[in-house]
Amino acid sequence: MKYWKQVALGAAAVVATAAIPAVHAAEVSYAQVLANTCAGCHGPDGSSRGPSAPTIAGMSPEIFIDAMRDYRDGKRYGTVMQRIAKGYTDEQIKLMAEYFAKQPFQRFPQNHVAKLAETGAKLHERYCEKCHENGGKASAEAGVLAGQWIPYLRFQIEDYQSGAREYKEKNMQKRLTELLEKEGEKGLEALYHFYASQK
Amino acid sequence: MFRMHRRTFLQAVGSSAAASLVGAPSLVLGAAKKVVIVGGGTGGATTAQYLRKYDPSIEVTLIEPNHHYYTCYFSNLVVGGLRQLDSLKHSYDGLAKRGVKVVHDTVTAIDGAAKQVITAGGQKFAFDRCIVAPGIDLNYEGIEGYSQALEKDIPHAWKAGEQTAILAKQLQEMKDGGTVVMVAPPNPYRCPPGPYERACLIANYLKQHKPKSKLIILDPKDKFSKQGLFTAAWKKHYSGILEWLGPEMAGTKFSVDAKSKTVKCAGGEFKADVLNLIPPQRAGAIAKAANLTDDKGWCPVNPHTFESTLVPGVHVIGDAAIAGAMPKSAYAANSQGKVCAMAVVMLLNGKNPVDPAYTNTCYSFVTADQAVSVAAIYELKEGKIVEKTSGLTPGDASEAVLRREAEYAESWYRNTVTDIFG
Repeated sequence: MKYWKQVALGAAAVVATAAIPAVHAAEVSYAQVLANTCAGCHGPDGSSRGPSAPTIAGMSPEIFIDAMRDYRDGKRYGTVMQRIAKGYTDEQIKLMAEYFAKQPFQRFPQNHVAKLAETGAKLHERYCEKCHENGGKASAEAGVLAGQWIPYLRFQIEDYQSGAREYKEKNMQKRLTELLEKEGEKGLEALYHFYASQK
Repeated sequence: MFRMHRRTFLQAVGSSAAASLVGAPSLVLGAAKKVVIVGGGTGGATTAQYLRKYDPSIEVTLIEPNHHYYTCYFSNLVVGGLRQLDSLKHSYDGLAKRGVKVVHDTVTAIDGAAKQVITAGGQKFAFDRCIVAPGIDLNYEGIEGYSQALEKDIPHAWKAGEQTAILAKQLQEMKDGGTVVMVAPPNPYRCPPGPYERACLIANYLKQHKPKSKLIILDPKDKFSKQGLFTAAWKKHYSGILEWLGPEMAGTKFSVDAKSKTVKCAGGEFKADVLNLIPPQRAGAIAKAANLTDDKGWCPVNPHTFESTLVPGVHVIGDAAIAGAMPKSAYAANSQGKVCAMAVVMLLNGKNPVDPAYTNTCYSFVTADQAVSVAAIYELKEGKIVEKTSGLTPGDASEAVLRREAEYAESWYRNTVTDIFG
């Protein structure tokens, strides 16, 4: 009796496994179709292989939507992104945002100087951690910085400073100004190396 | 106490099997759906990758004669001495890891009625759907006196690999004070900005290494891709080195005397030390052999699924396909491969394809560290692929912006080849 019970459950499990693709036949969603057009520049499933285009996987949907709207409305500078964002409706942007939010942010090895990264870790704690939580890995409140590509981070800071990208949070401007006053460009460089060092 | 009789157990198994029969009979009967892809370039490899990603139960066979693929994109950097050819070389190992069966052979026939592909090696492959991505063939005869037999001495370098290396080597071996002549192709052809990016990078090489030399471009077209941006770059960086002669000056018919490397046209005779002839183009030969081409040599398709309008069950993507407003570019082939993979997966699962989404983003280097770009989004409208938005690098962009574009171009390359080859 016991024997039969085991065989029956085992066999049922095998059948159930085999039946999964049959019951849920493969389907491609429109969100996937839209999101996969981004892969050529942002990497498969939004994780960029570098050396400069940003990873967009694991972004909070709100931040993604804000970024696309700002590009579209000319409020944020981007080389090709202003032109690309104009091609999508709000609904399409929302579908892409939700898709990328579900993808894991894959971190790839990036050249960095360990000593600078150590300094950067401390500066991050002091100036950035309050919003870019968990060493810059959290995505709920702000953009993911840990593992982001250095040239992209550098371009963004340049754009904040020149006004090509507007500050979403007053506090960001305050902290960046403070950092530059106290630590100078070297401080920024250390932060970049810290984010590049994270795995 | 739990009791299960043998009969009850069989009933349980039976009902599960019955349920799965309703969903997908082929799975239960052990016959996976078969897709055969002809051609392992950008379009073919992308489709293979995404078919397996979207539906791992599909058996995907990719047939490609070469063991490696050299990308045409970024090959002008090799011509200009700024990059190694090996950095453009990609293997099919990534596709094999995804479960794609990669066969190195040449397809000689595609039988749409019998749903079968036949190779030069005598192999036969049955398919439920076939995807043909043969790229382009060169119509050497389009330039009188030119032929495939001459391409090692007079390279076209319009398919990357050995051809790229030959042109780069000839430039390196040319004496200072020499003349490079390029004949640009008529529309339509692979990579619309390609000849003009090449012109920039050859001129850049001459400026750096052989400043007494000249580059003459003979062009049968008076308009070309990113024209304003290229001509501005030529004026700014290569004045006195590069000369472009359009149809008003050069005419539209070219002939070549191979021995003296002299091009003859309405504009006169141009004797070259290094000659680069880019002939007119048409869809890869197998497309014609399989009756997939129209009278102009390209393949008409349903733009939603890329299924041939001439042979049902056979899809054509990439440079060979007539894809409305989309150019014959790598990003377009990659984008079409994904749309085609989606459509084929949906059709093989008995569903309607969802709406398509098509994109093109293309960078051209104008100097060693500056690039310009075009980005466009397309949509399906009344059965045609039309441009929804399109934009170029602004004409007044600073050099800092162009350097930023060059950095993003490098990222474009890495991400694109990872998306395609794994």
